Amino acid sequence: MLEDLFSVVKTRLSADSKNDEPRRSKTDIPKDLLFKCPRCSNVTFMEEFQNNGKVCPACSYHARLSAKERIEITVDKGSFEEFDSEMISKNPIDFPDYDAKQQALRDKTGLKDAVITGKADIRGEKTVIIVMDSNYMMASMGSVVGEKITRAFEYATENRLPVVAFTASGGARMQEGIVSLMQMAKTSGAVARHDQAGLLYIAVMTDPTTGGVTASFASLGDIIIAEPKVLIGFAGRRVIEGTIRQKLPDEFQSAEFMLQAGFVDMIVERRRMRRTLGHLLRLHKTEEGDVNE
Amino acid sequence: MSDLTASQRLDIVRHKGRPTVKDYIPLIFDDFFEMHGDRYFGDDGAVMGGVCRFKGTAVTVIAQVKGRNLEENKQCNFGMPHPEGYRKALRLAKQAEKFHRPVICLVDTSGAFCGVEAEKRGQGEAIARSISEFMTLRTPVISIILGEGGSGGALAMAVCDELAMLENAIYSVISPRGFASILWKDASREREACDIMKITAEDLVELKVCDHIIEEPAGGAHNDCEQTAENISDYISAALKRKLQKGLDELLNERYNKFRVVGEYEENVSADEPG
Repeated sequence: MLEDLFSVVKTRLSADSKNDEPRRSKTDIPKDLLFKCPRCSNVTFMEEFQNNGKVCPACSYHARLSAKERIEITVDKGSFEEFDSEMISKNPIDFPDYDAKQQALRDKTGLKDAVITGKADIRGEKTVIIVMDSNYMMASMGSVVGEKITRAFEYATENRLPVVAFTASGGARMQEGIVSLMQMAKTSGAVARHDQAGLLYIAVMTDPTTGGVTASFASLGDIIIAEPKVLIGFAGRRVIEGTIRQKLPDEFQSAEFMLQAGFVDMIVERRRMRRTLGHLLRLHKTEEGDVNE
Repeated sequence: MSDLTASQRLDIVRHKGRPTVKDYIPLIFDDFFEMHGDRYFGDDGAVMGGVCRFKGTAVTVIAQVKGRNLEENKQCNFGMPHPEGYRKALRLAKQAEKFHRPVICLVDTSGAFCGVEAEKRGQGEAIARSISEFMTLRTPVISIILGEGGSGGALAMAVCDELAMLENAIYSVISPRGFASILWKDASREREACDIMKITAEDLVELKVCDHIIEEPAGGAHNDCEQTAENISDYISAALKRKLQKGLDELLNERYNKFRVVGEYEENVSADEPG
């Protein structure tokens, strides 16, 4: 029953056609022409879906973005400076084929691993920004993800900057064994030091935020924002269904469910995210004492 | 020390007679006063904690409870804590910090419980909070894995100054069964998973996760619970001696760095060249 404690959360809410080919039904549709919402099954033209910021026009499910797309719609133009862009993972437990799999993914996605970190301005406010990318091994957390996030928090602590982290993850990276579990402690330790320095950390939970990432830095924000309808949880849905032997309601482990349960401060639509972050960053700026604007 | 495989060790830690914290606590500690509840929701039978003496020194003990029979297992939920279990552990740890008592964590769980109520009450948040608070807890923390150390549910009580494992204990990112079912979609390949996951105490010393191995009697702890308790006790004495002589700032820096250095990556490699 504990089987999928940190499991890659299956593509229940996936809008990413790359990852869930086998689960598509026969009635599937050409993937570059139409978008079928995995939440409400509504079908729209891809163009309309794209123009709507990859949000389902019928149910407002916020589909996944690549880290690059996320940075583009979030930060001030030209302000992003990336950290540690060349870091790649080794194979700490000599897991068979892990190196080859990583190389193939790097080639396919253009990413080096599942997170991009750096500093940027959001509506004029300086911040460190962390963006996870579910296109890379479902943004599972291994050595590189853990190290880059830790360094980003350490940089923010040293330079007295806030951190905005867009979380998305299937959990710990199984292929790195215990080393991936330790990344939970490492990242949470860096968050704790940033916290003790009196600095602001805003976590933005995007689809899906689960497993070891939910059970570490993602849940430690001073402010926790979620995008509408995204999946947020600790254990995999199938594991829980297996335990209780019944189907769970659709809204279980949704952003709305977590808001109700008291683990999310607010649900913010994508089109309002940049403005919301800008306001919150300004509101917490105490050093210059300039909070009224 | 024996050279058993990981899956042979799995058999030993799952042995019906494997001693649990209920066997060890009376043998290792004196005057144990158990404390209950997380002060928010309830009292979780899967985590037991309290104040006691260890060779004269007042300490706080926080332990994950596995049952020795069905009745006990019902009460302790087969050793799988709910969020209130982690919140109880954290409450007692903060209390220990207040009264300058060292904390001894005894870890033995296949993992945090996965269920509807656990999700509703924030299993993820409870574990995250525990990890980050233990990271900055201003008192020495020693954790010992007695049997199974399963994923985040174990890590929540294993953020410490020194981590020791009983010789046959295992510590893993997920149960071997879960590992097999995720990676190969076949839970029956559990044994195979076990042997490639690097989960034995020796493996974990090599990976810089475990600091110390506590010997078990030949064949496993169940063959001589008292001897095992004595070995654990000897280890705690030595570890406390090492940690109590350090200043708190030094201790906390070392604790941070103990986890900070784990990870294997490389940088500045020329474009996409592997390894």
